[in-house]
Amino acid sequence: MRFGFVILMTGLLLAGAVRAAEIPQAERRSGYSFMTPDTKAMQDDDTANPGMLWVLDGETLWKRKQGAANKACADCHNDASASMKGVAAHYPAFDKALDRPVDLEQRINLCRISHQQATPLPYESRDLLALTAFVAQQSRGAAIETGSDPQLEPFIAKGRALFTQRQGQLNLGCANCHDDNWDKRLAGSAITQAHPTGYPLYRLEWQSLGSLQRRLRACITGIRAQAYDYGAPELVELELYLMSRARGMPVETPAVRP
Amino acid sequence: MASALINVPKTAKRSDIIEIKTLMSHIMETGYRHTATGEVVPRDIITSFTCRFNGTEIFRADLFPAIAANPFITFFTRATDSGKFEFEWIGDQGFSETASASIIVE
Repeated sequence: MRFGFVILMTGLLLAGAVRAAEIPQAERRSGYSFMTPDTKAMQDDDTANPGMLWVLDGETLWKRKQGAANKACADCHNDASASMKGVAAHYPAFDKALDRPVDLEQRINLCRISHQQATPLPYESRDLLALTAFVAQQSRGAAIETGSDPQLEPFIAKGRALFTQRQGQLNLGCANCHDDNWDKRLAGSAITQAHPTGYPLYRLEWQSLGSLQRRLRACITGIRAQAYDYGAPELVELELYLMSRARGMPVETPAVRP
Repeated sequence: MASALINVPKTAKRSDIIEIKTLMSHIMETGYRHTATGEVVPRDIITSFTCRFNGTEIFRADLFPAIAANPFITFFTRATDSGKFEFEWIGDQGFSETASASIIVE
């Protein structure tokens, strides 16, 4: 049995996977806990948190009639504080029509296309970020439950495989840093455990709100690999794995990060 | 769309020192950056922030390109009377936004 395990591990190493020890439940920490008191204070105060500017924009957009159907989100979903409560804590979620998981941004755009008969909003556009932030903020404080749907299992497995896959010129996998070295620093910055609890979030480095896909693409570029395009299934699977890995942790949207 | 977040205490005791916090949505483009084709991205910043209380100016700040996007300006003042704070942000390319908040001083 043990010999079999050694062979399996060797096989994984040869295949270029990372030897990753998953972070025990009790040791999981939000990126929030790695921040300085100043940045924490910025996130905690809704009148100091710049992410709230997007949330307010999203609230306006929620009520604005769009597309050929001339319908607003609110015309079907009514009051977001009731209808969207806890929704973001389940995303990315399985979409039956597409037969694959979709993230919150994609869900909003699918709704725009099919129900509002409007054009989809481009990734990272202010309007899409605003609507996503507004919807996700309704789940603030709710425990993440992504991945409880059994249909998602093969996609979570693919996301996990990508998380542990070495890639790029630096030949690093996500797990090299975020599972194995999260208690250390990289160029002075805390490495953190990669729990996407507060997306879309305001990054001081970006001076803007940004999506989890933007963050993932930046990380992939950082290891000098070719980043997937926005909306690529690989990115959604990675999002899905990371969210299911953060299951039970509270949603912080809109979070602030350095 | 929504642009300003203001935090002024709703009530205060006379002669209390109160904190006023303001957050304004703005990209604060420095004017020092270039596009991929080498053209300068034109400067687009807030240049001036003013706060008036019952018509009298109580705080003013000039802003410059080194100030981050979505400027967060906070300052302290003494609560003298009930009244209205009026905030005004003026900037490049005709940018002009106002906001207000009331306080009751007991």
